[in-house]
Amino acid sequence: MTNKIVIAELTKGTVNASTAELVSAAQAMGGDVTVVVPCTDASMADAVSGYDGVAKVIAVKSDVFAGNDSSGWASALDSAMPAGTVLFLATARSKDVAARLAARRGLSVVQDVVSIEGNNLTSPIYSGKANQTVAVNGDAVVSVRANVFSGVGSGSSNDVSVVDASGDVKTAVQDVMERASARLDVSEANIIISGGRGMGSPANFSHLEAVADTIGAAVGASRAAVDTWEEIPHSMQVGQTGKTVNPNLYIAVGISGAIQHLAGMRSSKYIVAINKDADAPIFQHADYGIVATWEEALPVFQDALSSLLG
Amino acid sequence: MNRTLLEDLIEMSTIIVLVKQVPDTNAKIAVQGGRVDLSTVKMEMSPYDGFAIETALRHKEATGGTVTALTVGGAGTEKILKDAKAMGVDNIVRVWDDSWSELDSNALQSVLKESIESLGGTAVYCGKSAADTGAGSTGPGLAERLGWANASNVIGAEFGDAVTVSMPVEAGVAKVSVPLPAVISCDKGDFKPRKANVKGIMMAKKAQVELITASAPASTVVVASHSMPAAKPAGKTFEGGSSASQVVQLLRDEANVL
Ligand SMILES: Cc1cc2nc3c(=O)[nH]c(=O)nc-3n(C[C@H](O)[C@H](O)[C@H](O)COP(=O)(O)OP(=O)(O)OC[C@H]3O[C@@H](n4cnc5c(N)ncnc54)[C@H](O)[C@@H]3O)c2cc1C
Repeated sequence: MTNKIVIAELTKGTVNASTAELVSAAQAMGGDVTVVVPCTDASMADAVSGYDGVAKVIAVKSDVFAGNDSSGWASALDSAMPAGTVLFLATARSKDVAARLAARRGLSVVQDVVSIEGNNLTSPIYSGKANQTVAVNGDAVVSVRANVFSGVGSGSSNDVSVVDASGDVKTAVQDVMERASARLDVSEANIIISGGRGMGSPANFSHLEAVADTIGAAVGASRAAVDTWEEIPHSMQVGQTGKTVNPNLYIAVGISGAIQHLAGMRSSKYIVAINKDADAPIFQHADYGIVATWEEALPVFQDALSSLLG
Repeated sequence: MNRTLLEDLIEMSTIIVLVKQVPDTNAKIAVQGGRVDLSTVKMEMSPYDGFAIETALRHKEATGGTVTALTVGGAGTEKILKDAKAMGVDNIVRVWDDSWSELDSNALQSVLKESIESLGGTAVYCGKSAADTGAGSTGPGLAERLGWANASNVIGAEFGDAVTVSMPVEAGVAKVSVPLPAVISCDKGDFKPRKANVKGIMMAKKAQVELITASAPASTVVVASHSMPAAKPAGKTFEGGSSASQVVQLLRDEANVL
Protein backbone atom coordinates (compact mmCIF):
# COMPACT_ATOMS: atom_id res chain seq x y z
CA MET A 1 0.00 0.00 0.00
CA THR A 2 1.74 3.15 -1.14
CA ASN A 3 1.53 6.59 0.42
CA LYS A 4 -1.40 8.76 -0.46
CA ILE A 5 -0.69 12.45 -0.75
CA VAL A 6 -3.59 14.89 -0.61
CA ILE A 7 -2.92 18.35 -2.04
CA ALA A 8 -5.03 20.86 -0.11
CA GLU A 9 -7.19 22.93 -2.46
CA LEU A 10 -6.70 26.68 -2.21
CA THR A 11 -9.61 29.02 -2.89
CA LYS A 12 -8.79 32.73 -2.70
CA GLY A 13 -5.73 32.02 -0.56
CA THR A 14 -7.37 29.77 2.04
CA VAL A 15 -7.80 26.01 2.30
CA ASN A 16 -11.08 24.89 0.72
CA ALA A 17 -13.22 22.69 3.01
CA SER A 18 -13.46 20.06 0.25
CA THR A 19 -9.88 19.13 1.18
CA ALA A 20 -11.46 16.97 3.93
CA GLU A 21 -13.29 15.06 1.15
CA LEU A 22 -9.94 14.35 -0.51
CA VAL A 23 -8.70 12.73 2.71
CA SER A 24 -11.75 10.41 2.66
CA ALA A 25 -11.05 9.60 -0.98
CA ALA A 26 -7.40 8.84 -0.15
CA GLN A 27 -8.53 6.55 2.68
CA ALA A 28 -10.79 4.69 0.26
CA MET A 29 -7.67 3.90 -1.79
CA GLY A 30 -5.79 2.71 1.32
CA GLY A 31 -2.39 3.57 2.82
CA ASP A 32 -1.08 6.38 5.00
CA VAL A 33 -2.41 9.82 4.16
CA THR A 34 -0.16 12.89 4.03
CA VAL A 35 -1.78 16.28 3.49
CA VAL A 36 0.35 18.79 1.59
CA VAL A 37 -0.69 22.43 1.88
CA PRO A 38 0.64 24.68 -0.88
CA CYS A 39 0.95 28.02 0.86
CA THR A 40 2.53 31.43 0.95
CA ASP A 41 2.33 31.46 4.75
CA ALA A 42 2.65 28.34 6.91
CA SER A 43 -0.31 29.38 9.06
CA MET A 44 -2.55 28.44 6.13
CA ALA A 45 -1.93 24.82 7.15
CA ASP A 46 -3.76 25.37 10.45
CA ALA A 47 -6.98 24.64 8.57
CA VAL A 48 -6.00 20.98 8.14
CA SER A 49 -3.94 20.33 11.29
CA GLY A 50 -7.05 19.02 13.06
CA TYR A 51 -8.10 16.56 10.33
CA ASP A 52 -8.73 13.00 11.50
CA GLY A 53 -7.06 10.05 9.79
CA VAL A 54 -3.99 11.97 8.64
CA ALA A 55 -0.44 10.69 9.28
CA LYS A 56 1.40 13.88 8.40
CA VAL A 57 0.89 17.47 7.29
CA ILE A 58 3.48 19.26 5.17
CA ALA A 59 3.15 22.99 4.56
CA VAL A 60 5.00 23.73 1.32
CA LYS A 61 5.80 27.42 1.32
CA SER A 62 6.48 29.20 -1.95
CA ASP A 63 5.61 32.43 -3.72
CA VAL A 64 4.52 30.43 -6.76
CA PHE A 65 1.29 29.49 -4.96
CA ALA A 66 0.15 33.10 -5.05
CA GLY A 67 -0.07 32.79 -8.84
CA ASN A 68 -1.53 30.40 -11.39
CA ASP A 69 1.46 29.12 -13.37
CA SER A 70 1.00 25.36 -13.38
CA SER A 71 4.68 24.71 -14.11
CA GLY A 72 5.57 26.69 -10.98
CA TRP A 73 3.00 24.84 -8.89
CA ALA A 74 3.97 21.36 -10.13
CA SER A 75 7.71 21.86 -9.74
CA ALA A 76 7.45 23.37 -6.25
CA LEU A 77 5.13 20.59 -5.05
CA ASP A 78 7.24 17.89 -6.66
CA SER A 79 10.40 19.07 -4.90
CA ALA A 80 8.77 19.00 -1.47
CA MET A 81 6.78 15.81 -1.29
CA PRO A 82 7.45 12.08 -1.19
CA ALA A 83 6.52 9.51 -3.84
CA GLY A 84 3.01 8.08 -3.77
CA THR A 85 -0.40 8.45 -5.31
CA VAL A 86 -1.39 12.12 -5.33
CA LEU A 87 -4.96 13.44 -5.00
CA PHE A 88 -6.14 16.90 -6.07
CA LEU A 89 -9.61 18.45 -6.10
CA ALA A 90 -10.97 18.51 -9.67
CA THR A 91 -10.97 22.27 -10.24
CA ALA A 92 -9.66 23.90 -13.42
CA ARG A 93 -6.34 24.98 -11.89
CA SER A 94 -5.76 21.80 -9.91
CA LYS A 95 -6.50 19.54 -12.89
CA ASP A 96 -3.85 21.45 -14.82
CA VAL A 97 -1.31 21.13 -12.00
CA ALA A 98 -2.22 17.44 -11.57
CA ALA A 99 -1.48 16.77 -15.24
CA ARG A 100 1.88 18.56 -15.06
CA LEU A 101 2.88 16.84 -11.82
CA ALA A 102 1.99 13.43 -13.26
CA ALA A 103 4.05 14.11 -16.37
CA ARG A 104 6.94 15.34 -14.23
CA ARG A 105 6.92 12.06 -12.32
CA GLY A 106 6.33 9.89 -15.39
CA LEU A 107 2.91 8.85 -14.06
CA SER A 108 -0.55 8.72 -15.55
CA VAL A 109 -3.30 11.05 -14.43
CA VAL A 110 -6.95 10.14 -13.84
CA GLN A 111 -9.25 13.17 -13.69
CA ASP A 112 -12.73 13.83 -12.27
CA VAL A 113 -13.01 10.73 -10.11
CA VAL A 114 -16.45 10.23 -8.53
CA SER A 115 -16.09 6.77 -7.02
CA ILE A 116 -13.22 4.70 -5.63
CA GLU A 117 -12.96 1.01 -4.86
CA GLY A 118 -9.37 0.26 -3.94
CA ASN A 119 -7.39 0.72 -7.14
CA ASN A 120 -10.49 1.04 -9.32
CA LEU A 121 -11.39 4.65 -10.05
CA THR A 122 -14.57 5.76 -11.79
CA SER A 123 -15.05 9.03 -13.71
CA PRO A 124 -17.88 10.28 -15.90
CA ILE A 125 -17.19 10.20 -19.66
CA TYR A 126 -19.12 11.61 -22.64
CA SER A 127 -20.29 14.53 -20.43
CA GLY A 128 -21.83 12.16 -17.90
CA LYS A 129 -23.68 9.96 -20.39
CA ALA A 130 -21.61 6.99 -19.14
CA ASN A 131 -19.04 6.13 -16.49
CA GLN A 132 -15.58 4.71 -17.00
CA THR A 133 -13.81 2.62 -14.39
CA VAL A 134 -10.05 2.28 -14.70
CA ALA A 135 -7.70 0.00 -12.78
CA VAL A 136 -4.55 1.75 -11.58
CA ASN A 137 -1.35 -0.26 -11.16
CA GLY A 138 1.19 1.55 -9.00
CA ASP A 139 1.19 5.27 -8.34
CA ALA A 140 -0.88 7.80 -10.25
CA VAL A 141 -2.08 11.37 -9.93
CA VAL A 142 -5.82 11.68 -9.43
CA SER A 143 -8.31 14.53 -9.31
CA VAL A 144 -11.53 14.00 -7.35
CA ARG A 145 -14.78 15.89 -7.90
CA ALA A 146 -16.10 18.00 -5.04
CA ASN A 147 -19.26 17.05 -3.13
CA VAL A 148 -18.96 13.32 -3.83
CA PHE A 149 -17.13 12.03 -0.75
CA SER A 150 -18.10 13.12 2.74
CA GLY A 151 -15.21 14.87 4.43
CA VAL A 152 -13.27 13.46 7.39
CA GLY A 153 -13.94 14.96 10.78
CA SER A 154 -11.66 17.24 12.71
CA GLY A 155 -10.44 16.94 16.28
CA SER A 156 -6.92 15.57 15.95
CA SER A 157 -3.77 17.57 16.38
CA ASN A 158 -1.38 16.72 13.59
CA ASP A 159 2.16 18.01 13.52
CA VAL A 160 2.85 20.36 10.67
CA SER A 161 6.28 20.39 9.07
CA VAL A 162 7.17 23.38 6.94
CA VAL A 163 9.24 23.10 3.76
CA ASP A 164 10.42 26.09 1.72
CA ALA A 165 10.26 25.41 -2.00
CA SER A 166 10.89 27.26 -5.20
CA GLY A 167 9.20 26.62 -8.50
CA ASP A 168 9.94 26.95 -12.19
CA VAL A 169 7.47 29.66 -13.22
CA LYS A 170 7.28 30.00 -17.01
CA THR A 171 4.48 32.47 -17.71
CA ALA A 172 3.93 36.06 -16.56
CA VAL A 173 0.64 37.71 -15.66
CA GLN A 174 0.43 41.13 -17.28
CA ASP A 175 -2.95 42.25 -16.18
CA VAL A 176 -6.11 40.94 -14.50
CA MET A 177 -9.53 42.24 -15.46
CA GLU A 178 -11.45 41.75 -12.23
CA ARG A 179 -14.91 40.30 -12.47
CA ALA A 180 -17.41 43.12 -12.37
CA SER A 181 -19.50 41.55 -9.63
CA ALA A 182 -18.14 40.20 -6.38
CA ARG A 183 -20.39 37.20 -6.88
CA LEU A 184 -18.93 33.70 -7.09
CA ASP A 185 -18.14 32.04 -10.38
CA VAL A 186 -20.27 28.99 -11.17
CA SER A 187 -17.19 26.77 -11.16
CA GLU A 188 -16.46 27.52 -7.52
CA ALA A 189 -19.94 27.72 -5.99
CA ASN A 190 -21.73 25.18 -3.81
CA ILE A 191 -25.11 26.50 -4.86
CA ILE A 192 -25.96 27.71 -8.36
CA ILE A 193 -29.12 29.32 -9.67
CA SER A 194 -29.25 29.41 -13.47
CA GLY A 195 -31.61 31.13 -15.87
CA GLY A 196 -32.58 30.12 -19.38
CA ARG A 197 -34.42 31.59 -22.31
CA GLY A 198 -37.59 31.37 -20.20
CA MET A 199 -36.35 34.35 -18.14
CA GLY A 200 -37.60 36.48 -21.03
CA SER A 201 -34.97 39.21 -20.78
CA PRO A 202 -31.50 39.72 -19.31
CA ALA A 203 -32.92 42.32 -16.91
CA ASN A 204 -34.95 39.57 -15.28
CA PHE A 205 -31.74 37.89 -14.16
CA SER A 206 -31.84 40.41 -11.29
CA HIS A 207 -34.44 38.13 -9.68
CA LEU A 208 -31.96 35.26 -9.81
CA GLU A 209 -29.25 37.53 -8.39
CA ALA A 210 -31.49 38.41 -5.46
CA VAL A 211 -31.93 34.73 -4.62
CA ALA A 212 -28.20 34.18 -5.12
CA ASP A 213 -27.37 36.95 -2.67
CA THR A 214 -29.66 35.43 -0.05
CA ILE A 215 -28.11 31.95 -0.19
CA GLY A 216 -24.53 32.71 -1.30
CA ALA A 217 -25.04 31.19 -4.72
CA ALA A 218 -23.48 31.81 -8.12
CA VAL A 219 -25.67 32.75 -11.08
CA GLY A 220 -25.41 30.59 -14.20
CA ALA A 221 -27.16 30.46 -17.56
CA SER A 222 -28.13 28.18 -20.42
CA ARG A 223 -26.54 28.58 -23.82
CA ALA A 224 -29.78 29.97 -25.22
CA ALA A 225 -29.58 32.79 -22.66
CA VAL A 226 -25.89 33.44 -23.38
CA ASP A 227 -26.39 33.39 -27.15
CA THR A 228 -29.53 35.53 -27.10
CA TRP A 229 -28.48 38.24 -24.67
CA GLU A 230 -25.17 40.08 -24.86
CA GLU A 231 -25.46 41.01 -21.17
CA ILE A 232 -25.13 37.35 -20.17
CA PRO A 233 -21.45 36.41 -20.63
CA HIS A 234 -20.22 33.00 -21.76
CA SER A 235 -18.43 32.65 -18.41
CA MET A 236 -21.89 32.01 -16.91
CA GLN A 237 -22.75 29.20 -19.33
CA VAL A 238 -23.29 25.75 -17.88
CA GLY A 239 -23.19 22.72 -20.16
CA GLN A 240 -21.36 20.90 -22.89
CA THR A 241 -19.71 24.03 -24.29
CA GLY A 242 -19.81 25.92 -21.01
CA LYS A 243 -18.75 24.88 -17.53
CA THR A 244 -19.22 21.52 -15.88
CA VAL A 245 -20.46 22.09 -12.35
CA ASN A 246 -21.00 19.81 -9.42
CA PRO A 247 -22.67 21.86 -6.68
CA ASN A 248 -24.72 20.67 -3.71
CA LEU A 249 -27.74 22.47 -5.12
CA TYR A 250 -28.54 23.52 -8.70
CA ILE A 251 -31.66 25.59 -9.34
CA ALA A 252 -32.71 25.73 -13.02
CA VAL A 253 -35.18 28.50 -13.85
CA GLY A 254 -36.79 28.72 -17.30
CA ILE A 255 -34.40 26.07 -18.63
CA SER A 256 -35.84 23.22 -20.69
CA GLY A 257 -33.13 20.68 -19.83
CA ALA A 258 -31.54 19.96 -23.22
CA ILE A 259 -28.96 17.15 -23.21
CA GLN A 260 -26.13 19.65 -23.66
CA HIS A 261 -27.26 21.61 -20.61
CA LEU A 262 -27.65 18.43 -18.56
CA ALA A 263 -24.10 17.50 -19.56
CA GLY A 264 -22.82 20.33 -17.41
CA MET A 265 -24.97 19.95 -14.30
CA ARG A 266 -26.53 16.49 -14.05
CA SER A 267 -24.12 15.38 -11.34
CA SER A 268 -25.28 18.15 -8.98
CA LYS A 269 -26.30 16.63 -5.65
CA TYR A 270 -29.79 18.22 -5.64
CA ILE A 271 -31.59 19.79 -8.57
CA VAL A 272 -34.56 22.14 -8.37
CA ALA A 273 -36.42 23.08 -11.56
CA ILE A 274 -38.84 25.94 -12.04
CA ASN A 275 -40.55 25.73 -15.42
CA LYS A 276 -44.03 26.51 -16.68
CA ASP A 277 -44.11 23.46 -18.95
CA ALA A 278 -44.83 20.26 -16.99
CA ASP A 279 -43.33 18.25 -19.87
CA ALA A 280 -39.96 20.02 -19.87
CA PRO A 281 -37.20 17.35 -19.78
CA ILE A 282 -35.51 19.12 -16.84
CA PHE A 283 -38.22 17.72 -14.54
CA GLN A 284 -36.99 14.17 -15.19
CA HIS A 285 -33.71 15.14 -13.55
CA ALA A 286 -35.06 17.35 -10.77
CA ASP A 287 -35.31 16.26 -7.15
CA TYR A 288 -37.84 19.04 -6.64
CA GLY A 289 -39.84 20.37 -9.55
CA ILE A 290 -42.09 23.41 -9.47
CA VAL A 291 -44.48 23.66 -12.41
CA ALA A 292 -45.11 27.39 -12.56
CA THR A 293 -43.84 30.52 -14.23
CA TRP A 294 -40.83 32.02 -12.52
CA GLU A 295 -42.86 35.21 -12.14
CA GLU A 296 -45.14 33.25 -9.78
CA ALA A 297 -42.62 30.97 -8.12
CA LEU A 298 -39.49 33.08 -7.55
CA PRO A 299 -41.03 35.71 -5.23
CA VAL A 300 -42.42 32.93 -3.02
CA PHE A 301 -39.08 31.12 -3.16
CA GLN A 302 -37.24 34.31 -2.25
CA ASP A 303 -39.56 35.12 0.66
CA ALA A 304 -39.31 31.60 2.07
CA LEU A 305 -35.50 31.72 1.84
CA SER A 306 -35.33 35.14 3.45
CA SER A 307 -37.49 34.09 6.38
CA LEU A 308 -35.56 30.84 6.77
CA LEU A 309 -32.08 32.34 6.53
CA GLY A 310 -32.63 36.03 7.08
CA MET B 1 14.44 15.49 -46.05
CA ASN B 2 15.23 16.78 -42.59
CA ARG B 3 12.16 18.80 -41.79
CA THR B 4 13.60 20.52 -38.70
CA LEU B 5 16.68 21.68 -40.52
CA LEU B 6 14.72 22.89 -43.51
CA GLU B 7 12.39 24.91 -41.37
CA ASP B 8 15.22 26.37 -39.35
CA LEU B 9 16.82 27.50 -42.59
CA ILE B 10 13.80 29.44 -43.71
CA GLU B 11 13.14 30.60 -40.14
CA MET B 12 9.50 29.67 -39.93
CA SER B 13 7.69 28.54 -36.87
CA THR B 14 6.09 25.14 -36.93
CA ILE B 15 2.71 25.43 -35.28
CA ILE B 16 1.09 22.14 -34.35
CA VAL B 17 -2.54 21.64 -33.46
CA LEU B 18 -3.67 18.44 -31.73
CA VAL B 19 -7.05 17.04 -32.79
CA LYS B 20 -9.00 14.06 -31.50
CA GLN B 21 -11.88 12.02 -32.87
CA VAL B 22 -14.78 11.59 -30.44
CA PRO B 23 -18.46 10.56 -30.66
CA ASP B 24 -20.84 13.25 -31.94
CA THR B 25 -21.81 15.14 -28.78
CA ASN B 26 -25.51 14.71 -29.65
CA ALA B 27 -25.17 10.92 -29.87
CA LYS B 28 -26.87 8.52 -27.47
CA ILE B 29 -24.29 6.38 -25.68
CA ALA B 30 -25.04 2.73 -24.91
CA VAL B 31 -23.05 0.17 -22.91
CA GLN B 32 -22.85 -3.44 -24.14
CA GLY B 33 -21.11 -6.12 -22.09
CA GLY B 34 -19.36 -3.64 -19.83
CA ARG B 35 -18.05 -1.52 -22.72
CA VAL B 36 -19.38 1.56 -24.46
CA ASP B 37 -20.65 0.49 -27.89
CA LEU B 38 -19.64 3.11 -30.45
CA SER B 39 -20.27 0.93 -33.52
CA THR B 40 -23.34 2.88 -34.62
CA VAL B 41 -22.24 6.28 -33.35
CA LYS B 42 -21.15 9.02 -35.74
CA MET B 43 -17.63 10.20 -34.95
CA GLU B 44 -16.42 13.76 -35.34
CA MET B 45 -13.65 16.13 -34.28
CA SER B 46 -13.91 17.13 -30.62
CA PRO B 47 -15.64 20.56 -30.63
CA TYR B 48 -12.90 22.42 -28.70
CA ASP B 49 -10.35 21.37 -31.30
CA GLY B 50 -12.07 23.75 -33.72
CA PHE B 51 -11.11 26.65 -31.44
CA ALA B 52 -7.55 25.31 -31.31
CA ILE B 53 -7.31 25.13 -35.12
CA GLU B 54 -8.66 28.66 -35.45
CA THR B 55 -6.14 29.97 -32.91
CA ALA B 56 -3.28 28.13 -34.64
CA LEU B 57 -4.27 29.56 -38.05
CA ARG B 58 -4.38 33.07 -36.60
CA HIS B 59 -0.95 32.52 -35.08
CA LYS B 60 0.39 31.62 -38.52
CA GLU B 61 -1.36 34.58 -40.14
CA ALA B 62 0.28 36.91 -37.58
CA THR B 63 3.84 35.56 -37.59
CA GLY B 64 4.26 33.28 -40.60
CA GLY B 65 5.12 29.61 -40.47
CA THR B 66 3.14 26.45 -41.05
CA VAL B 67 0.30 24.74 -39.23
CA THR B 68 0.32 20.96 -38.88
CA ALA B 69 -2.72 19.12 -37.51
CA LEU B 70 -1.82 15.94 -35.69
CA THR B 71 -3.90 13.12 -34.28
CA VAL B 72 -3.04 9.89 -32.54
CA GLY B 73 -5.35 7.18 -33.82
CA GLY B 74 -6.07 4.36 -36.24
CA ALA B 75 -6.82 4.77 -39.95
CA GLY B 76 -10.47 5.58 -39.14
CA THR B 77 -9.44 8.91 -37.66
CA GLU B 78 -8.17 10.45 -40.92
CA LYS B 79 -11.52 12.11 -41.58
CA ILE B 80 -10.91 14.69 -38.85
CA LEU B 81 -7.47 15.45 -40.29
CA LYS B 82 -9.14 16.13 -43.64
CA ASP B 83 -11.62 18.39 -41.83
CA ALA B 84 -8.68 20.29 -40.33
CA LYS B 85 -7.08 20.52 -43.78
CA ALA B 86 -10.30 21.91 -45.21
CA MET B 87 -10.20 24.66 -42.57
CA GLY B 88 -6.74 25.64 -43.82
CA VAL B 89 -3.95 23.80 -42.03
CA ASP B 90 -0.89 23.07 -44.19
CA ASN B 91 0.02 19.53 -43.18
CA ILE B 92 -1.84 16.60 -41.63
CA VAL B 93 -0.11 13.91 -39.63
CA ARG B 94 -1.41 10.72 -38.04
CA VAL B 95 0.65 8.99 -35.37
CA TRP B 96 0.01 5.29 -34.92
CA ASP B 97 1.43 1.86 -34.31
CA ASP B 98 -0.80 -1.16 -34.82
CA SER B 99 0.36 -2.62 -31.51
CA TRP B 100 -1.35 0.24 -29.63
CA SER B 101 -4.90 0.02 -28.33
CA GLU B 102 -5.89 2.15 -25.35
CA LEU B 103 -3.03 4.44 -24.34
CA ASP B 104 -3.08 5.87 -20.82
CA SER B 105 -2.14 9.52 -20.34
CA ASN B 106 1.51 8.67 -19.70
CA ALA B 107 1.76 6.65 -22.91
CA LEU B 108 -0.23 9.14 -25.01
CA GLN B 109 1.79 12.13 -23.84
CA SER B 110 5.05 10.27 -24.42
CA VAL B 111 3.96 9.56 -27.99
CA LEU B 112 2.96 13.20 -28.51
CA LYS B 113 6.24 14.48 -27.06
CA GLU B 114 8.30 12.35 -29.42
CA SER B 115 6.12 13.29 -32.41
CA ILE B 116 6.29 17.00 -31.72
CA GLU B 117 10.06 16.88 -31.27
CA SER B 118 10.46 15.08 -34.57
CA LEU B 119 8.24 17.61 -36.35
CA GLY B 120 10.16 20.48 -34.75
CA GLY B 121 7.09 22.16 -33.25
CA THR B 122 7.47 25.54 -31.56
CA ALA B 123 3.87 26.19 -30.53
CA VAL B 124 1.25 23.55 -29.86
CA TYR B 125 -2.47 24.23 -29.64
CA CYS B 126 -5.17 21.82 -28.45
CA GLY B 127 -8.75 21.91 -27.17
CA LYS B 128 -9.24 22.60 -23.46
CA SER B 129 -10.44 19.01 -23.13
CA ALA B 130 -11.69 16.28 -25.43
CA ALA B 131 -15.43 15.67 -25.45
CA ASP B 132 -15.03 11.98 -24.60
CA THR B 133 -13.11 11.95 -21.31
CA GLY B 134 -13.32 15.67 -20.59
CA ALA B 135 -10.05 15.25 -18.70
CA GLY B 136 -8.05 18.21 -20.06
CA SER B 137 -4.74 16.53 -19.15
CA THR B 138 -3.02 16.47 -22.54
CA GLY B 139 -2.02 20.14 -22.89
CA PRO B 140 -0.41 20.64 -19.47
CA GLY B 141 1.03 17.10 -19.34
CA LEU B 142 2.62 17.42 -22.77
CA ALA B 143 4.07 20.83 -21.88
CA GLU B 144 5.72 19.38 -18.77
CA ARG B 145 7.25 16.53 -20.75
CA LEU B 146 8.65 18.99 -23.31
CA GLY B 147 9.83 21.35 -20.56
CA TRP B 148 7.64 24.09 -22.06
CA ALA B 149 5.26 26.68 -20.65
CA ASN B 150 1.54 26.05 -20.88
CA ALA B 151 -1.71 27.96 -20.56
CA SER B 152 -5.12 26.31 -20.36
CA ASN B 153 -8.73 27.26 -21.10
CA VAL B 154 -7.56 30.19 -23.19
CA ILE B 155 -10.29 32.47 -24.59
CA GLY B 156 -8.20 34.93 -26.59
CA ALA B 157 -4.64 35.34 -27.88
CA GLU B 158 -2.25 37.87 -29.43
CA PHE B 159 0.83 36.61 -31.23
CA GLY B 160 4.41 37.83 -31.17
CA ASP B 161 7.69 36.49 -29.77
CA ALA B 162 5.49 35.29 -26.94
CA VAL B 163 1.77 34.55 -27.11
CA THR B 164 -0.30 36.79 -24.85
CA VAL B 165 -3.38 34.85 -23.85
CA SER B 166 -6.58 35.71 -22.01
CA MET B 167 -7.63 33.08 -19.53
CA PRO B 168 -10.04 32.86 -16.62
CA VAL B 169 -8.52 33.01 -13.12
CA GLU B 170 -10.16 33.26 -9.69
CA ALA B 171 -10.40 37.04 -9.76
CA GLY B 172 -11.62 37.41 -13.34
CA VAL B 173 -9.82 37.20 -16.66
CA ALA B 174 -6.01 37.44 -16.75
CA LYS B 175 -3.78 38.50 -19.65
CA VAL B 176 -0.80 36.20 -19.42
CA SER B 177 2.42 36.30 -21.44
CA VAL B 178 3.35 32.75 -22.46
CA PRO B 179 6.91 32.47 -23.83
CA LEU B 180 7.43 30.11 -26.77
CA PRO B 181 7.77 27.20 -27.10
CA ALA B 182 4.48 26.47 -25.31
CA VAL B 183 1.36 24.35 -25.29
CA ILE B 184 -1.88 26.32 -25.23
CA SER B 185 -5.31 24.73 -24.72
CA CYS B 186 -8.29 26.58 -26.12
CA ASP B 187 -11.82 27.15 -24.83
CA LYS B 188 -14.69 28.79 -26.69
CA GLY B 189 -13.73 32.46 -26.71
CA ASP B 190 -13.05 35.39 -29.01
CA PHE B 191 -12.20 33.23 -32.03
CA LYS B 192 -14.96 31.54 -34.00
CA PRO B 193 -13.71 28.51 -35.93
CA ARG B 194 -13.75 29.37 -39.65
CA LYS B 195 -15.91 27.32 -41.99
CA ALA B 196 -14.21 25.32 -44.69
CA ASN B 197 -14.73 26.84 -48.16
CA VAL B 198 -15.05 24.91 -51.42
CA LYS B 199 -11.37 25.35 -52.27
CA GLY B 200 -10.40 24.05 -48.83
CA ILE B 201 -12.63 21.03 -49.19
CA MET B 202 -11.17 20.25 -52.63
CA MET B 203 -7.61 20.59 -51.26
CA ALA B 204 -8.50 18.32 -48.35
CA LYS B 205 -9.77 15.60 -50.69
CA LYS B 206 -6.41 15.43 -52.43
CA ALA B 207 -4.28 15.92 -49.33
CA GLN B 208 -1.98 13.14 -48.18
CA VAL B 209 -1.95 12.12 -44.55
CA GLU B 210 1.60 11.68 -43.35
CA LEU B 211 1.89 8.60 -41.12
CA ILE B 212 4.52 8.57 -38.40
CA THR B 213 5.09 6.46 -35.32
CA ALA B 214 6.68 6.80 -31.91
CA SER B 215 7.41 4.63 -28.91
CA ALA B 216 4.80 4.23 -26.19
CA PRO B 217 5.61 2.99 -22.67
CA ALA B 218 3.29 0.30 -21.28
CA SER B 219 0.07 1.67 -19.79
CA THR B 220 -0.35 1.39 -16.02
CA VAL B 221 -3.90 2.72 -16.05
CA VAL B 222 -6.22 0.39 -17.97
CA VAL B 223 -9.95 0.61 -18.61
CA ALA B 224 -11.71 -2.03 -16.50
CA SER B 225 -15.31 -1.34 -17.52
CA HIS B 226 -17.91 1.15 -18.66
CA SER B 227 -21.34 1.54 -17.11
CA MET B 228 -24.41 3.71 -17.42
CA PRO B 229 -24.82 6.33 -14.68
CA ALA B 230 -27.20 5.22 -11.92
CA ALA B 231 -30.71 6.43 -12.69
CA LYS B 232 -31.78 9.18 -10.35
CA PRO B 233 -34.75 8.28 -8.14
CA ALA B 234 -37.87 10.09 -9.32
CA GLY B 235 -38.14 13.53 -7.79
CA LYS B 236 -41.13 15.32 -6.31
CA THR B 237 -43.10 17.68 -8.50
CA PHE B 238 -45.34 20.46 -7.29
CA GLU B 239 -47.92 22.55 -9.13
CA GLY B 240 -48.08 26.31 -8.85
CA GLY B 241 -45.79 29.07 -7.62
CA SER B 242 -47.00 28.89 -4.03
CA SER B 243 -45.40 25.45 -3.69
CA ALA B 244 -41.99 27.16 -3.78
CA SER B 245 -42.12 27.69 0.00
CA GLN B 246 -42.64 23.96 0.50
CA VAL B 247 -39.62 23.25 -1.68
CA VAL B 248 -37.50 25.62 0.40
CA GLN B 249 -38.56 23.71 3.52
CA LEU B 250 -37.63 20.39 1.88
CA LEU B 251 -34.25 21.76 0.81
CA ARG B 252 -33.58 22.48 4.45
CA ASP B 253 -35.16 19.44 6.15
CA GLU B 254 -34.85 16.64 3.61
CA ALA B 255 -31.89 17.60 1.43
CA ASN B 256 -29.95 19.53 4.10
CA VAL B 257 -28.49 21.89 1.55
CA LEU B 258 -29.60 25.21 3.04
C1 LIG C 1 -22.88 21.35 -29.84
C2 LIG C 1 -23.88 21.98 -28.90
C3 LIG C 1 -23.43 22.45 -27.66
C4 LIG C 1 -24.33 23.02 -26.76
N1 LIG C 1 -23.85 23.43 -25.54
C5 LIG C 1 -24.73 23.92 -24.62
C6 LIG C 1 -24.30 24.33 -23.32
O1 LIG C 1 -23.11 24.29 -22.99
N2 LIG C 1 -25.21 24.75 -22.43
C7 LIG C 1 -26.55 24.84 -22.73
O2 LIG C 1 -27.33 25.25 -21.86
N3 LIG C 1 -26.98 24.50 -23.96
C8 LIG C 1 -26.11 24.04 -24.92
N4 LIG C 1 -26.57 23.76 -26.17
C9 LIG C 1 -27.94 24.17 -26.54
C10 LIG C 1 -29.03 23.27 -26.05
O3 LIG C 1 -29.26 22.29 -27.04
C11 LIG C 1 -30.34 24.07 -25.83
O4 LIG C 1 -30.67 24.73 -27.02
C12 LIG C 1 -30.28 25.10 -24.70
O5 LIG C 1 -29.78 24.49 -23.52
C13 LIG C 1 -31.65 25.63 -24.44
O6 LIG C 1 -31.62 26.64 -23.48
P1 LIG C 1 -32.90 26.97 -22.61
O7 LIG C 1 -33.30 25.76 -21.83
O8 LIG C 1 -32.59 28.20 -21.85
O9 LIG C 1 -33.97 27.37 -23.71
P2 LIG C 1 -35.26 26.63 -24.23
O10 LIG C 1 -34.96 25.24 -24.64
O11 LIG C 1 -35.89 27.54 -25.19
O12 LIG C 1 -36.16 26.50 -22.95
C14 LIG C 1 -36.78 27.58 -22.30
C15 LIG C 1 -37.63 26.98 -21.20
O13 LIG C 1 -38.19 28.02 -20.43
C16 LIG C 1 -39.52 27.69 -20.08
N5 LIG C 1 -40.22 28.95 -19.81
C17 LIG C 1 -40.61 29.90 -20.71
N6 LIG C 1 -41.17 30.94 -20.07
C18 LIG C 1 -41.14 30.66 -18.75
C19 LIG C 1 -41.59 31.33 -17.58
N7 LIG C 1 -42.15 32.53 -17.64
N8 LIG C 1 -41.40 30.73 -16.39
C20 LIG C 1 -40.84 29.50 -16.30
N9 LIG C 1 -40.40 28.81 -17.39
C21 LIG C 1 -40.55 29.39 -18.59
C22 LIG C 1 -40.04 26.93 -21.26
O14 LIG C 1 -41.10 26.07 -20.85
C23 LIG C 1 -38.80 26.14 -21.72
O15 LIG C 1 -38.76 24.85 -21.08
C24 LIG C 1 -25.70 23.16 -27.09
C25 LIG C 1 -26.14 22.71 -28.34
C26 LIG C 1 -25.25 22.13 -29.24
C27 LIG C 1 -25.78 21.64 -30.55
